[in-house]
Amino acid sequence: MSEPGIAAHVAVAITRAHQNEWARVVASLTKRFRDLDIAEEAAAEAFATAVERWPADGIPPNPGGWLTTTAARKAIDRIRREKKRDDKYREAMLVLDDEPLEPLGAIDDERLRLLFTCCHPALAMEARVALTLRMVGGLTVAEIARAFLVNESAMARRITRAKDKIREARIPFRMPAAADLPVRVDGVLTVLFLVFNEGYLATGPGTDPVRADLTAEAIRLTRLIRALLPEGSPSSGEVTGMLALMLLTEARRAARVSSSGELVTLDEQDRGAWDAALVREGHELVRSRVLWGETSGEASGEASSEAPGRYQLLAAINAVHTSARDIRDTDWPQIVALYDQLVTIDPSPVVALNRAIAVAEVDGPDVALASVDRLGAALDGYHAYHATRADLLRRLGRSPESRAAYDRAIELAGNTAEAAYLSRRRDQLG
Amino acid sequence: MQYMMSVYGGPELTELGNYPDKATMAQAMADTGAFNDRLQAAGHFVYANGLASAASATVVDGQVDPPVVTDGPYLESKEYLGGFWIIEATDLDQALALAAEGSKACRGKVEVRPFQAYEPQG
Repeated sequence: MSEPGIAAHVAVAITRAHQNEWARVVASLTKRFRDLDIAEEAAAEAFATAVERWPADGIPPNPGGWLTTTAARKAIDRIRREKKRDDKYREAMLVLDDEPLEPLGAIDDERLRLLFTCCHPALAMEARVALTLRMVGGLTVAEIARAFLVNESAMARRITRAKDKIREARIPFRMPAAADLPVRVDGVLTVLFLVFNEGYLATGPGTDPVRADLTAEAIRLTRLIRALLPEGSPSSGEVTGMLALMLLTEARRAARVSSSGELVTLDEQDRGAWDAALVREGHELVRSRVLWGETSGEASGEASSEAPGRYQLLAAINAVHTSARDIRDTDWPQIVALYDQLVTIDPSPVVALNRAIAVAEVDGPDVALASVDRLGAALDGYHAYHATRADLLRRLGRSPESRAAYDRAIELAGNTAEAAYLSRRRDQLG
Repeated sequence: MQYMMSVYGGPELTELGNYPDKATMAQAMADTGAFNDRLQAAGHFVYANGLASAASATVVDGQVDPPVVTDGPYLESKEYLGGFWIIEATDLDQALALAAEGSKACRGKVEVRPFQAYEPQG
């Protein structure tokens, strides 16, 4: 191979190792040294060493093993160098295999422990998101700072504070107790959904309307937790629902923003531009949970023991949308029925707002507007509330009120593509 | 590893403490007593006690000579430390589970804060 050929080959190998092995290396070092800080730095050093050495030495036959061993050596070097820890503590950290023998259960995996530690409820939500992207996702602090429009030193401090709390308060690096598992899995899903949504509906005037890097990372981490939590364990249905929801949303990404940077709503999207493979995978996942078609008597397959949670219901709603070739073929009564189920487990005004949008298609915009108007007190600061009202008022021919609602929605919209879309709709009012 | 579990309440302690009525107070006392017994039995209990009203506090600054003595609590606040437990727990998850029990028993929010640990962990 020519030299540039080798360089490209090594670069691909390192990228792949980073995607596949980063979380495993950090997790295995955290387990051994009981310190996230050491694990993170040693993992980063090991990858830097790989970048230096692999072009000359060749790609090792087992890159993951090479990286773990190299990182462990770096960690030991660092602990030996460190002055701030007293000798007794240093010694204890260097004892091999200090882990008491606890058998790893069927659903235990070091990476899963790492995910639960990073998403621990005792950490602030912002810290959970940042820590998960750094420790499990392997994003650099600079990348995370950019994604959340925070300057790099502030993001570094946020991550450091979180690591300090984990160490000082002794947030454990282990699987939650079985009784806590549903709540803790739900907590991880909340973090991953936040990452996904920030990618899908990026906020801030200078940002791209869609941050594909964040949506891809959220999907990758959701696939990881789904692979680690086998079918049948508590909450696995919700993990599957979350993955399906993300895939069916991601499938529409290309069709969702026009070439001029304007949001394209579902009814105006070019459905041929949807990613058919992602739609297919999402549909299969929804079908595996027997949610879709249940209300219209088409249920088939194995019955699920858990009652469907919010992510499964949201995924089912998206499955109904994405199975219509044309907006006019949408099975709106089915969507309303799924929202009715969702309202029973999540009676929040945002869910009621989305239900009203479906109701408009079944019972007409006047009926929907009556429900939407009842949500004003709770949702006055939410751009989607005003955008929904604007659209319903427009359909009812109440232009001046519609215009006022569009103005308010534009004022509140944080996403550039959405603001552009709302402005055009407003300016089209007669 | 030791944690302090603190409970906060208003500055004035009436004969009902911070409880709305006599029955609630009696039940909270009984539940808290039972919780303390469980802590003892499981080896988590280090110390627990309730504090007299914040108004009875005095602040002393001995960094100057003679020491300055001031009436009242260190910080002006709407709520003051009213009582605390010191517990022994393996990690924060265990401490949080115990705090949830304690909170339910005493009918107040509980702040869980670790003590500094210099010993090797593990």
